[in-house]
Amino acid sequence: MTPVGAAFFSGSAFGTGIAYSDHMPMRLPTLHLIAAAVVWLLACLAPAAMAASTAQVATPAAATPQAASQLPQLLQQLPEASYADKQALIKQLTDTHDPRVRAVLNALLEGNLYARSSDSQVFIAQADGDNLALTDPLTGAAAGSASADGFAKIGVNNQLRKALHVALAQFDLSSPEAGARREAVREMLRAVDAQTVLALRARLAEEHDKGVRAEIRDGLALADLDSGDADTRLAAVKTLAGSLNLDVYTRLTSMVEQASDGSYGESDARVRAAAAASIRAINRWRIFYAGIQTLMFGLSQGSVLVLAAIGLAITFGVMGVINMAHGELMMLGAYTTYVVQLLMPQHIGASIVVALPAAFLVSGLAGIAIERTIVRHLYGRPLETLLATFGLSLVLQQAVRDIFSANNRPVQSPEWISGELQINEALSITYNRLYIIVFTFVLFLVLLQVLKRTRLGLEVRAVSQNRAMAKAMGIRTEWVDALTFGLGSGIAGVAGVALSQLTNVGPNLGQSYIVDSFMVVVFGGVGNLWGTELGGNALGIVNKLLEPYSGAVLAKIFVLVFLILFIQRRPRGLFPQKGRAAEG
Amino acid sequence: MDAIVIGPRNRLIAALRADRGGKVFLAVLAVTGVLVPLLNLALPESSSLHLSSYTVTLLGKYMTYAMLAIAVDLIWGYCGILSLGHGAFFALGGYAMGMYLMRQIGTRGVYGDPVLPDFMVFLNWKELPWFWHGFNHFAFAALMIVLVPGLLALVFGFLAFRSRVSGVYLSIITQALTYALMLAFFRNDMGFGGNNGFTDFKDILGFGLQAPGTRMALFLVTVLALGGSYLLCRYIVASRAGRVIAAVRDAESRARFIGYKVESYKLWVFVFSAVLAGIAGALYVPQVGIINPGEFSPANSIEIVIWVAIGGRGTLYGAVVGAVLVNYAKTYFTAALPSMWLYALGALFVLVPLFLPQGVVGAVTQLRARMIGATT
Repeated sequence: MTPVGAAFFSGSAFGTGIAYSDHMPMRLPTLHLIAAAVVWLLACLAPAAMAASTAQVATPAAATPQAASQLPQLLQQLPEASYADKQALIKQLTDTHDPRVRAVLNALLEGNLYARSSDSQVFIAQADGDNLALTDPLTGAAAGSASADGFAKIGVNNQLRKALHVALAQFDLSSPEAGARREAVREMLRAVDAQTVLALRARLAEEHDKGVRAEIRDGLALADLDSGDADTRLAAVKTLAGSLNLDVYTRLTSMVEQASDGSYGESDARVRAAAAASIRAINRWRIFYAGIQTLMFGLSQGSVLVLAAIGLAITFGVMGVINMAHGELMMLGAYTTYVVQLLMPQHIGASIVVALPAAFLVSGLAGIAIERTIVRHLYGRPLETLLATFGLSLVLQQAVRDIFSANNRPVQSPEWISGELQINEALSITYNRLYIIVFTFVLFLVLLQVLKRTRLGLEVRAVSQNRAMAKAMGIRTEWVDALTFGLGSGIAGVAGVALSQLTNVGPNLGQSYIVDSFMVVVFGGVGNLWGTELGGNALGIVNKLLEPYSGAVLAKIFVLVFLILFIQRRPRGLFPQKGRAAEG
Repeated sequence: MDAIVIGPRNRLIAALRADRGGKVFLAVLAVTGVLVPLLNLALPESSSLHLSSYTVTLLGKYMTYAMLAIAVDLIWGYCGILSLGHGAFFALGGYAMGMYLMRQIGTRGVYGDPVLPDFMVFLNWKELPWFWHGFNHFAFAALMIVLVPGLLALVFGFLAFRSRVSGVYLSIITQALTYALMLAFFRNDMGFGGNNGFTDFKDILGFGLQAPGTRMALFLVTVLALGGSYLLCRYIVASRAGRVIAAVRDAESRARFIGYKVESYKLWVFVFSAVLAGIAGALYVPQVGIINPGEFSPANSIEIVIWVAIGGRGTLYGAVVGAVLVNYAKTYFTAALPSMWLYALGALFVLVPLFLPQGVVGAVTQLRARMIGATT
């Protein structure tokens, strides 16, 4: 057998990506690892911090004692009142600013407010079979259960429902939750009248949250558009220039549109011109945000590619081993997540954090076993390695099929991963996309540091650059081979944990990434981690840019064809290796 | 075939004389070609020696696989190009044949449309896409069976070899090629039947595909094609060009510096191999009765390479042995122990490179050499 440093292997030694530094700080690696770990932890904690910052506490509306005393009396009148009276009562109830009123109004809206036939006492009630589970609206305490026969539902009509919606929104306007206040503003803006305008103006004065303020401002400006005074309309149109609200957009468009009889939606030419300018401004922003959205989609898809490829960048890129079972090592990582969740069903949120090191170990050990038993006998014979590892991938897939069944396994997503970050009306990013981007980048940095700053990294580079010389310097090359392969495989396992949050966890999980991941490594330039990172993200973005025009599958085909052609032009990838290591 | 043999007859005979395994293979093939029709058609069904039509079709399928394996062995074993996308050429030939067979269905389809195949009616297409025209003629289809894989190989090979993409990189981009084609053929909009592909064929050249006579004729054509491709490949590797090709495999730079146009040699061998694969695919489809995009899957192409590796690369007949052995094992295992099959196949992939680097044929040769050594 040829020495491992022979033709093929030396062709994939280290490139420009992992810079070789002359002095190797041997004691520093631990420090850097700690730093990396801190970064990672921060990335994990970020969502909690974000959640906390959005929940700004506003001053809760305190019920005045005098108003509070009105509540029982007002409630007493409710069962007997006519619809018109009820409307007035709702108004009075709202004006008490009593926090207990919200539950009453809500129950009234949902048809859960009942009056006891015997004494007209009002209860909030949930139907429970033939019985009603009662709650006293004044104390909020459960008031037992009673047969539905002795109660009459307090009815509402459509007009009342509308009034109730507005009333509830007014209540929520003083909610401590910024999100609830925002919803309330939106609700109120559906039916704007002088009264809501007043309420909103009052709120604007004391509102601290930027998002809610903008919402109120837009709403008030929208209301102003109906004003008879052209100057008021003009000012409103100008205010709306920065809004991304869809209602605003349609409203402004209707103002500049010319009807069939030649008249415009807006009579004043000045206001029309301003509206047109506002529309243009809005369009510019929309395009801008759509661009950012595409960029984020592209980055997250690119990050998935990088995740799939980054372990391969070690085993294939640095060691030159064609590991067709790489995808299956990711699959092992994903299944590790599943098993961890089975072991700790009560702590799904923490399971991912536990699964990461577990998957690193499982896949890493599997990788070391593969290297010791199969790959090491085939060094210098890349094509045979390819076949043997492909066979291994079949065995692993079938093993998983036999152990876990051929069906996909359900892996849950912790709460802190689901949901989305709403930046404004035109731009929202789901947390899992955000995480995958951050996670991939952190993983990449950690790997880069491991190769650049640790003893293992130094030895890995030494062995891949000149095996014989490294051996002569006392490096246990066999060990380094095994550990390097283990490192690449472990990273694949970690990638598998991340993928378990994005795709189905099944026996075919790995297979679907294998062509892509090899393409990414070759595209980026073999032996170059930076190339893999940049190449993967670039491909993701190109893919997403193409998708609107061609559809997802065709975009993927285009990217593959582009890659095939690109490799013809630059067989050594985006960032080819320079110097002696490149000749092979 | 005659035209090829007449001119350089002597050289081919000389090549065959030295090719002990090849002689055995051709003899076995000839015997199969005579025995199978006899056992299938002449013997009554009650006879214990009777071969069912199912077995005949199965044997025919193995033969098309063997042809494909020869095509791969020619470029891998002799030219050092490991193509992980040869399944694509096989499938393209198969699709060309499938298009002809689809047009032959005519009004016998479920929807009875005289022109449009069923899946197009189903997709509400009004007229035949341009690339389907001409496929109602067998001669045109036959031309396409050769041209489409050949042209694709020509363009792909021209680009790849000119820029000296070689080794693992070439393997990876051939894999990407077949993967891209698979994704493309899975799309309904492509006009190739989406993920169902083509099936429900009725007849070929006017003969019903289910008739035992037609099946036997297809089988015999396959036997001839397999024998013919073997002889052609043997002729190529024994020729002067064949020796240059082997030189390219062993020391590409040296061959180039001596003055050979390495790229041209590689390109023509690659194209020839692709055409061979296409013909094998075209023979496969009428016998098996279905073609779908799964044939393009990268795993299929890798499997072909495995047949060659297991049989013994660089011998041509070894490829045939590997293809038949592995596929027979596959047929047996998938029926007897379905879940064991992937373990067995996977283990073969792992163990053969480790313990049988020369494949089964190489192991037999070694064993014989040792026995001869022991007796003398």
